[in-house]
Formats: sequence, C-alpha cells, structure tokens
Amino acid sequence: MNKKIIAIIGAVSLLSACETASQKVVTGTSATSGSASTSSSVDKKKSLFAAAKQTKAEKLIAVGDRVLFDYDSAKLDSSAKILLDAQSRFLRANTDLNFIIEGHCDERGTREYNLALGEQRATAVRDYLVIQGIDPERIKVISYGKEKPAVVGSNTMAWSKNRRAVTIID
Amino acid sequence: MYKSFQLLIFQIIIVLITLISSLAFSEDLRIKINSGQVEPLPIAIANFTGEDGGSSEIGMQISTVVSNNLVGSGQFKAIESAAFIAPPTNPSVRPNFMDWTPLGIKALITGSIKNINNQQIEVEFRLWDVIAETDLIGLRLSVNSRAWRRVAHIISDEIFERLSGDSGYFDTRIVYVAESGPQNKRIKRLAIMDQDGENHQFLTDGSFLVLTPRFSPTSQEITYLAYFKNEPRVYIFNLETGQQELLGSFPGMTFAPRFSPSGEKIIMSLAEKGVTDIYTMDLNNQKVERLTKSPSIDTSPSFSPDGKKIIFNSDRGGTQQLYIMDSNGRNVKRISFGKGRYATPVWAPKGELIAFTKMLKNKFYIGVMSPDGSGERLLAQGYLVEGPTWAPNGRVLMYFKQEAPIDDGKSASVNLFKIDITGFRETRIVTPTDGSDPAWSPLLPN
Repeated sequence: MNKKIIAIIGAVSLLSACETASQKVVTGTSATSGSASTSSSVDKKKSLFAAAKQTKAEKLIAVGDRVLFDYDSAKLDSSAKILLDAQSRFLRANTDLNFIIEGHCDERGTREYNLALGEQRATAVRDYLVIQGIDPERIKVISYGKEKPAVVGSNTMAWSKNRRAVTIID
Repeated sequence: MYKSFQLLIFQIIIVLITLISSLAFSEDLRIKINSGQVEPLPIAIANFTGEDGGSSEIGMQISTVVSNNLVGSGQFKAIESAAFIAPPTNPSVRPNFMDWTPLGIKALITGSIKNINNQQIEVEFRLWDVIAETDLIGLRLSVNSRAWRRVAHIISDEIFERLSGDSGYFDTRIVYVAESGPQNKRIKRLAIMDQDGENHQFLTDGSFLVLTPRFSPTSQEITYLAYFKNEPRVYIFNLETGQQELLGSFPGMTFAPRFSPSGEKIIMSLAEKGVTDIYTMDLNNQKVERLTKSPSIDTSPSFSPDGKKIIFNSDRGGTQQLYIMDSNGRNVKRISFGKGRYATPVWAPKGELIAFTKMLKNKFYIGVMSPDGSGERLLAQGYLVEGPTWAPNGRVLMYFKQEAPIDDGKSASVNLFKIDITGFRETRIVTPTDGSDPAWSPLLPN
C-alpha cells in the first residue's frame, strides 16, 4: 500500500521535473543562438556540446532522474530499483558522461542530521548503480540535506517529493 | 573566496575606581533569578554627562544602550528619566539618595564622558545602592570614541554581574546565516552582529552556500560549512584578516564543526560512503582522530566545557538520540530516553545543562536536560525550531524558528529568537533579512 503511494508520487514528480526541464531547454537554445551569432567557432563547438549535454539531460529526466525515500530512510524500495535499472542502462549507453548524485531530505529534520542522511541516500543510489556495472569513477555524490527542496510546502506530499536522490550530468 | 575584510577591534583600557564607601550592599538589591519569573529590580540610569555636544551625545547613547541591555535581560525595570527629581550627576560625586528613594529606585547608575583627544574618550561610571547609600562598583574606560557601544556593553555586564551575581552576556556577538530569496533557491550568507543586533556586517557574498557557523573561544575565528566549488567542507573564517581557510583534506563531506574549549581542535562529522562518524582535527599539527566507528549517523558533536566529554546525536539505536562519550571516543552512553527524536545537543558554558532540538509528532521543540539525561524541560516550540546556542552566562538560549511554508509559496520566514532558560520571555532578534543557525560568542576579550 505504502509503496504504491510512493510509486504514484514518483510519477507525479517525474512529470513536474519534465516541465522544468522543458523550460530550461527554451532558455538554453536562446542563449546558444545568441552566443553563436557573435563569437568564434570554438565557442560554437562549446555551445554545440552544451546543447548536446542539454539533450542528454532531457533524456536522463525522461528515463527517470530521481528516486524517493521514506521518512528518515535511505533504503531503496522496489520501485526505486526499477527506476535505477533503467537509469543504469542510460549511464551505460553514455560512457562519455560523468554523473553527480544529489541526496536531499525534507525539512522535518535537523540540518546536520539531514546532511548525513542526504549523503546516505546519494550513496545508496551510487552503490546500486555500481552493482549494475557503472564505473564508480564516473559518479560523484553530494548531499544538500534540506537546503534545496524540490517542492515548497508544509504537507506530506511536498515532504515526500523532497526526500530524494537526483542523478544529474556532471 | 578571499576577501579583504576587517572587523573593527579597539583596545579598551579598564581601570577600577576606588569606592567611596565600603559598606555591604543591601540584601534586597540582589536579584534572585533562579526562581523563574522575577520581579524586575527598579533602577535609574542617569544620562552620562559630557563636556561638550559630542561627548554629551555619546553619554546619552551609552545610557540608552545600557538601559536596553539591562531591561532586555528581564531582570531590571528602568525608571523613565522624565520622572527623575535630580539632574544627572558626575560619577565622582555622591548623589543625594533622598532624590531617588521616593521613586522606588533601588540602584542608580551615573557616568561621565571626557575627551582625551580627537579620538580617545574616557568613560567613567559608578553603580550606587540607593537603599544602603553606598557605591558598588566604579570603572574608568579609555577607548576610541567609535567603540562607545562596546563600552556600553561592558558597563552593562559589570552592572548585571554585581546585581544578579551571575556573569553578563552583553559584550558579545552573534554570527548567523542571513537568508534571502525563495525557499527552493535560498541565498545564504554568513553575517555577524553585536548581541543586540547592532554593527551588522555580512561576511560572505552569497555566491556559495554556507551553514552552521560557530565561534572559537577567543571569538576571533568562526568555523562553518561552505559549499565552495560545490564541495561541502568545513572552513575557518578569521575575523581579523577576513581569510577563509579549508580545514584539512578529507575524501568526503566534513560538516557539523565546533571548536574544542581550548580552541586547539575542531570536532566535526565526516560523511563518506554512507557512513557519518565523528572526528577531531588538531589545528596545531593537523592530526586527525576518529572518535566513533558506527555504521550509523553520528553528528552534531559538542564538547563539555572542561573538554573531557563529548555530547552528540546518533541514530545507532534506530532513531536520533543523544549520546555522551569520553573525549577519546570511549564509554559511549545514551542519555535521552523521552518520546521523540533528539538532535543538535550543545553543552552549557558552565556544564550543568545540555540544550537540544526535539522532534515529536510533527512539532519541533528547544529544550534542556542534565548531562545525565534527567530533568528534561521544553522551553520553546514551533513548526520548526532548531539549533540552540548558549549565551556565555548560560541564562539565555538563542535558536531559529521557521514558519510553515505556504504550499507552493516562495518563502517561509525564518528568524532568530532568544528565550530565558526559565522558559519565559521569548523574543525575536531583528535582522536585516531572514536568519538561521545563530551562534553566540563568548564574552569578547578586552
């Protein structure tokens, strides 16, 4: 029952993540065209690379960039593992990219403890991906504790979306 | 990261003045604070007299700050100067006590300002027991006129100590994290101010996240967590030079730093590979010592004032609880057994209490208990209250309080508060922006 709820919440947060990602793309392309019109081919290459990275980031979000956790827990549940299986396929298919896993917590804990808990969550994801055959050299972890909530709100829905580990391209 | 920066530190020379009379002071003048809410002692603070416009202005300002400090402590009631019968007198002159007794005044403070040269002033003050008709303390302070606020705080501490029997806490600073911007994109800067909110200065520019600043025993350094270049590590900020220095080189995140009572070590957590343990680093020789070795989260360590014990929180028993161990990591003992989770323990400056954050049924509390875990008392509560810090005399706690964020709203206000350890008189500390993670300095060195 509980897991079902988490799975649904996961889907909702993926949707909202897609929305923010598409907004990012819009600003990304306008910046790219702006710099391309005024600068050298080196910059053009750079911006092409940035655009490619942007597309990859989009793809990662579509695959599923985040897993959610129970309150005060860093355990991966079965839905999280299914998502990470898909994520690891993406990571294997993109050997040129390195990744950062960000661990986050809801605000219903103390700051320092949450920094440690965020590190545990990011590490849980990292360890799972390494078992799936991803080179540990390609993965960095960072904990933000409760410093960067995905959703602002004082309700269980907001808190559950904030208890997360997010994989981003380094 | 480096910024040229200097906090004004002026030398203050303090001389005791010989008392005019040597009679014991009247018994009803001593405030009994321990019994909870006290009847504030009625006092009169006469405007400190000056020699000219400039010095008279400083005298008036010093009187105001002294009055704000003493009244703000809750132990004193200042009688309005409009009610005074007699004009302010020079502190070397014995006042006519008959002018003060009718107003119900128990203690009188008189003072004067003399110009020494363009920059230096000499401030003199005397505290009088109106009932026993005697003087209790007299001090003469030579100082740069720009440091008049510190003089006012030192004078406040002297009066507080003489009348309450407890050391003061007015000549102190607060370092904290100034917050701005929406909740999910918060800009956090280190900021420092006097205990009363004056002399506010930002120490970092907000280009990187900073958390949990804490003072060294000399109040000249601050240890804190910075996400500089997106690597969360413990740093030390030197207030004299403005330099920020990375502490050691660790493979994982270092955080939750505090100075040892001697100032020679930093105690902190290191999180690596999903394990958070407690370490110390000796600042003289960079030697690192690991104190806990549990697969659980061990964090928020705080030394006892004698340096022999360490209190910290750990989830080794399943949920966050408070544990005490020897300074070498031996003899770990759980001390919190109440309902809920316990976090951020901080040892009181005199060692008799531990302040903590408690979480129970979706509410947060600030509380105190004895180091043996007995006598738990909850003082403040809220949607989120966290991170108590002690005034150097152990009578007041400061912490931060966050209101519940409005759903999908941009911000939830976060502010600094203080409360007497009696549980009375919760007061907001006004800061230019939102504020969190306060740390109270020891009394400043003269």
